[in-house]
Amino acid sequence: MRAFLVLIQKEFLQIRRNSFLPRLIIAFPIMIMLIMPLIMTMDVRNVNVAIVDLDRSTASRRIASHIEASEYLTLTHTTTEYSRAIEALEHGMIDVIVQIPEHFDRDFMIATPQRISITANAVNATKGGLGMQYIMQTIALSLSEMRSESVPVEISELVTIENRYNPTLNYRHYMIPALMIILFILICGFLPALSIVGEKESGSIEQINVTPISRFTFTLSKLVPYWIIGLFVVTVAMLVARLAYGLVPIGSVGAIYLGAILFILTISGFSLTIANFSETMQQTMFVMFFFIMVFMLMSGLLTPIDSMPDWAQKFTIILPPRYYIEILRSVYLKGSTIAELNSNFIALGVFAIIFNTLAALTYKKQA
Amino acid sequence: MNDVVISVRELTKRFCNFTAVDHISFDVHKGEIFGFLGANGAGKTTAMRILCGLSYPTSGSGTVAGYDVMHDGEEIKRHIGYMSQRFSLYNDLTVWENMRLFAGIYGLTSKQTEQRSTELLDRLNFSSERNTLVGSLPLGWKQKLSFAIATIHRPEVVFLDEPTGGVDPVTRRQFWELIYEAANEGTTIFVTTHYMDEAEYCSRLSIMVDGKVQALDTPARLKQQYAAESMDEVFRTLARGAKRGE
Repeated sequence: MRAFLVLIQKEFLQIRRNSFLPRLIIAFPIMIMLIMPLIMTMDVRNVNVAIVDLDRSTASRRIASHIEASEYLTLTHTTTEYSRAIEALEHGMIDVIVQIPEHFDRDFMIATPQRISITANAVNATKGGLGMQYIMQTIALSLSEMRSESVPVEISELVTIENRYNPTLNYRHYMIPALMIILFILICGFLPALSIVGEKESGSIEQINVTPISRFTFTLSKLVPYWIIGLFVVTVAMLVARLAYGLVPIGSVGAIYLGAILFILTISGFSLTIANFSETMQQTMFVMFFFIMVFMLMSGLLTPIDSMPDWAQKFTIILPPRYYIEILRSVYLKGSTIAELNSNFIALGVFAIIFNTLAALTYKKQA
Repeated sequence: MNDVVISVRELTKRFCNFTAVDHISFDVHKGEIFGFLGANGAGKTTAMRILCGLSYPTSGSGTVAGYDVMHDGEEIKRHIGYMSQRFSLYNDLTVWENMRLFAGIYGLTSKQTEQRSTELLDRLNFSSERNTLVGSLPLGWKQKLSFAIATIHRPEVVFLDEPTGGVDPVTRRQFWELIYEAANEGTTIFVTTHYMDEAEYCSRLSIMVDGKVQALDTPARLKQQYAAESMDEVFRTLARGAKRGE
């Protein structure tokens, strides 16, 4: 027991003496949580629109004014020549062209008019696709207004829309839990591995290996400090999310901490296992990066698991972040309880046991 | 004899098809300063690592402090101290913090740690450096500190792998005084060195060539046997026969 305590003390002293680590541990979560939510947004804004107005009528003016009024669309060009608009599209100055055909207004009132054509630049598929949808909604709104003025039916009253759990459809509320997981992976995933490999490179691990300390005690002494740091990081991240973005978990904070306790153990155990198989910092970094890429891109942090191909969905079963992201999002946005999410907690617990046992077993004191 | 502390029989270590240690046998007695000589690459460090429980032998047997090197590596570690060729204390901890760490690992209580480290620091004339970061100490001091920490738990045997490499003559002299003091207290010293003046200080010497022990006796008798003036000559005569390059 005393051996364990002096080892923990040594780890903390080393972290404190490091000129860089304490600052990283404090500044990193704050920066990531403050700045990244502003950047990592899938809301498409500033869609630049050109109107090719061949009709020059009340209807075309009304559509134009609706586009101008939209929060997401910016009317940048109004022209009467399609070729001009296409040129602007090719130069990347506009994203969507709306062409209103001649006599659209007149025909709209009496019969079926010629179709309005919409051309979108889909190089950025998300922006093109969403821009197109916004335009269609806007035009539909304009047209229904015009119709309702002559025929007294409110089309918009026929449809009601409600987004449950994330009522404002705020993309940030979806991304903030993902950012928290990225923080854990970076801090609790990289640091323990680098600490072990650092000892291999400096040679001090040999002085440890020649003592009777058990490999379980030594592994645990590398684990516990980062576990405590991880809990500090989750606290900072939750505070920043609350103060800067007003995101408060609907469910219990206890569920978030329990998940954090298990997830940090898992990711640190994983990182220690990698370190046991690595001889140099470069090797560790490269191998960790490979796995971290898979964790970040395949665990449903950024893109929903449901839209992945079938084989990929099955593969996510063995990715620990997948379980914690579900916990975080459900607790934050839906207010789920530990009991409702028990399978996720069990999965994380199993991973924590597997990786840490592996880390202790692959640590070789005698070769 | 009952006072055999290290006993090695036909010990062999092979890496792929390279035999680093080739069927070596010897005994080391309690309180001896046993010099383990050999050219670079002769297999000294490999043999020493096996005896310290850092490496498994491929074949042969050996016991250290009564424990088998093949199966009781962890038991051996309780009874030995080891000072590696490369400085391997924590540079970012102070002298005292390093002492407290290793004392704690060997199971000394905090009172024993305090007592023992004060004693060692006094012996080293190091009390004023108690709170200095180890990384900022000169090499000679680092080596003396490594030795002190290797003996902090009063082990039966201390293994020293080229403890004085790169150290100035004055500090080397002081270092050997420390070794003598430890030996007088009954600690067995197992030391490798490339300095032949140091070899003369040893009670007995073994000289390894190409993984084999070519000579084993007291310095005086070795000189007699090879009709040499100094240990330097003995070493040259033996090392000339080496086939392995450096």
